[in-house]
Amino acid sequence: MKIMTAGLAGLAISAAAAGSAAAAGSVCLITKDATNPFFVKMAEGAFAKAAELGVELRSFAGRFDGDHETQVAAIETCVASGVDGILLVASDTSAITSSVQTARDAGLLVIALDTPLDPIDAADMTFATDNFQAGVLIGEWAARTMGDTSDARIGLLNINVSQPTVGVLRNQGFLTGFGIDIGDPNRWGDEDDPRIVGHEVSNGNAEGGRQGMENLLAIDPTINLVYTINEPAAAGAYEALRSFGRQDDVMIVSVDGGCPGVEDVAAGVIGATAQQYPLQMAALGVEAVAHYAATGELPEPTDGKDFFDTGVGLVTDAPVDGMEQLSVEEGRALCWG
Amino acid sequence: MKNMSEKSDQKPPASEAVASFDGGRTGVLSKLTNLIYTMPAIVPLFVLTLAVAIFGILLGDRFLSPFALTLILQQVAIIGIVAMAQSLVILTAGIDLSVGAVMILSSVVMGKFSVDLGLPQEIAIICGLLCGLICGLISGFLVAVVKLPPFIVTLGMWQIVLATVFLYSGSEVIRSQTIAAEAPLLQFFGKTVSIAGANFTYGVIFLLLLVAGLTYALGQTAWGRHVYAVGDDPAAAELAGVNVRKTLISVYALAGLICAFAGWVLIGRIGSVSPQSGQFANIESITAVVIGGISLFGGRGSVAGTLFGALIVGVFTLGLRLLGLDVQWTYLLIGLLIILAVGVDQRIRKASL
Amino acid sequence: MTKQTILSARGLVKRYGRVTALDRCDFDLYPGEVLAVIGDNGAGKSSMIKALSGAIQPDEGEILVEGKSVRFSSPIGAREYGIETVYQTLALSPALSIADNMFMGREIRKSGMMGRVFKQLDKARMRQLSREKLSELGLMTIQSIDQAVETLSGGQRQGVAVARAAAFGSRVIIMDEPTAALGVKESRKVLDLILTVKEKGMPIILISHNMPHVFEVADRIHIHRLGRRLCVVNPGDCKMSDAVALMTGAMSADEIGQSA
Repeated sequence: MKIMTAGLAGLAISAAAAGSAAAAGSVCLITKDATNPFFVKMAEGAFAKAAELGVELRSFAGRFDGDHETQVAAIETCVASGVDGILLVASDTSAITSSVQTARDAGLLVIALDTPLDPIDAADMTFATDNFQAGVLIGEWAARTMGDTSDARIGLLNINVSQPTVGVLRNQGFLTGFGIDIGDPNRWGDEDDPRIVGHEVSNGNAEGGRQGMENLLAIDPTINLVYTINEPAAAGAYEALRSFGRQDDVMIVSVDGGCPGVEDVAAGVIGATAQQYPLQMAALGVEAVAHYAATGELPEPTDGKDFFDTGVGLVTDAPVDGMEQLSVEEGRALCWG
Repeated sequence: MKNMSEKSDQKPPASEAVASFDGGRTGVLSKLTNLIYTMPAIVPLFVLTLAVAIFGILLGDRFLSPFALTLILQQVAIIGIVAMAQSLVILTAGIDLSVGAVMILSSVVMGKFSVDLGLPQEIAIICGLLCGLICGLISGFLVAVVKLPPFIVTLGMWQIVLATVFLYSGSEVIRSQTIAAEAPLLQFFGKTVSIAGANFTYGVIFLLLLVAGLTYALGQTAWGRHVYAVGDDPAAAELAGVNVRKTLISVYALAGLICAFAGWVLIGRIGSVSPQSGQFANIESITAVVIGGISLFGGRGSVAGTLFGALIVGVFTLGLRLLGLDVQWTYLLIGLLIILAVGVDQRIRKASL
Repeated sequence: MTKQTILSARGLVKRYGRVTALDRCDFDLYPGEVLAVIGDNGAGKSSMIKALSGAIQPDEGEILVEGKSVRFSSPIGAREYGIETVYQTLALSPALSIADNMFMGREIRKSGMMGRVFKQLDKARMRQLSREKLSELGLMTIQSIDQAVETLSGGQRQGVAVARAAAFGSRVIIMDEPTAALGVKESRKVLDLILTVKEKGMPIILISHNMPHVFEVADRIHIHRLGRRLCVVNPGDCKMSDAVALMTGAMSADEIGQSA
């Protein structure tokens, strides 16, 4: 477990000078791990905002994605140290809820970042990308780019066999956006559309992406559209396609909007990617806790949703008609990691 | 005196007769046991052949094509190379948990030195290889000279090296296109030779050469015999005149260097330098070693067996995916194979007593 | 002294903290003889043997090989003077073949390119030499030279270890409790083996607790007591019970009329 403390020097005066209504408070950030660039950037965003507001921030992380025990211990530590609120990216969204309840009973504001808890109202509020919407965007873009979708041969590179919510939402969003019946919305792999070649797991990294793509090609070499859970997996899939000389006739779509991913869009590796904003999530989270510490007010969800949507943008080099899209330049300006 | 030596000369026919009687009684089974005993790699080779045959029958050309079969080779190349390093260490009755981390560190050093620092790509590669070598030397020193248990030493090294990777790289990926433009030599092992539908990446060829080289070194040189002797019984080896310390350090250092090469091959495979890769390389390499019939107690087994072990995992993974089965079935079967392999090892060890 | 000793020691002292393991100990081995060393547990005989085989370095005193003073920094050092030790544990690698074990640490490389550049071992030659050595000692009861040592019986293993020592020891072979772990039949074979080695003209130092074995094969018996040589007896002139009495201090050296 990693503990960092920053922003101790901030006084109420300097916070006020920075133009914020909030007084100094204290907040914990607990992420899935400390190595994924997404969480690294999220922590950076949180520290920057904390320094600006004069909020004390402690950052914790599991040792690896899925490390539930360390997150429980981190919540206990945060409760014991009497912080005002916790920003949590949960590894196990349902098992963590009892610890979260303990923290809320102790008067802490608990905000789920990026990943909603199960049930979603186990946390006071969720600041997240609408992952389903992110999937819909790339699915719709792919369908519009193809025009006639009846010849589509689709391979899906998901995250891992435990089917975490984020992965399910993106996958189902993509299929919905593309116009495919998803069956049970809570799990992937039960669709019966003949255009789907198969689901592979990539562990969200390049090595897994390459191997998954190779397996898909072995199952059906006529694949022409690949959905990937994130951009490292997309980069790995591209390497596999390149080794078979298929890189120019297979379209890859992805989710994340990290800086290397946006560059991959520019280079034609990825057709389109749905960009999310982790720094924004963390910064808003820190602000919400600071506001809560000062006024006791809870943050409000986005209209029509049960969470606060931090937004998602579609970054592509080949825009289609009828969709809101970001150019590579715009994507670069907003990218993380 | 003469009488006595005659007496001991009379004994052999009797004992030989007993031995051949034993052989006649149990026949095929004892011959088989003997074969497994002298060539432990035969078990994984048999399992591999059987697995290929079964998947071949079930899947036909989709599986038994040069394309699919060489794809398996490509997919196991990285773990295969790391498993070679792991084999060496396990032959000395040690274990190396840091193999994956050292691999990643070397690939990150190669990438960062050439792309970020702008060093010539050859220098960056040499630095990456040296990095692996040094990690191995440190582990070797701690195991051989300070006499700490290998499990503890490499558990520590694993954490240290991995933390170094993330601190140094900031978890940032170096993109394939950047490397192709600035340091294409880093992707050397990703190049492919195609012969009639069969694709061999340079990484695969490197793995095969490595297996051949290590088989020679372990079987045909004094160093190789010493590796086995040290793994078998270090005290006996020491008394017999083997420099146990030097042998152990050389094994860990060579393992580190091989892991660094694996890092280079990894860049070739995924195109990019990604600090997130290879997280499970230590467990996967141990799996290949164990299924390949190398004893975790040291001193027994061969690197050819490890190659078969890695291939078995690859065949099951691809074969079951082509059959459309859930990935969990792969893990389940691999788990069974591990237990089976250790069971066979125990039988062999028991038979030897 | 009519004959030149092949290996001797004068005034060896070895202390471990306040314990004195060797107290001005003397030792003499003559060419062609089997010298047994007996002594009670803790008498310091193993310290003396370790000093003679290079495993420990004495604090005082000197070791002489054919009359010349020498210092052994390790067992390898002693080996360079042709002093080979067959340890009680045998120091064999069970999973390796007989030939591998015979040449462990002293492998023979091929001549020419393959040997010099690729360090290739001359396995054929090592096999042949191993076979020769084992036959010389009447030990070719073994089916194959490539058999793993662990497939051999205890006596056969002892034989391999002795053959290894005999193959390389040019001056002395030290054998530490060679029959301790063996049954009656196997012990018999090992005793025969000792005599065969002696026949070849190789002097042997035999450390043993087994009095009948000692009396059967030894030419002289060095009795060790309280960190030094109490006396040397001739098995022909001394009863087994007297030797035990001397060893345990129940009888003094004067009573038997022999002394160091």
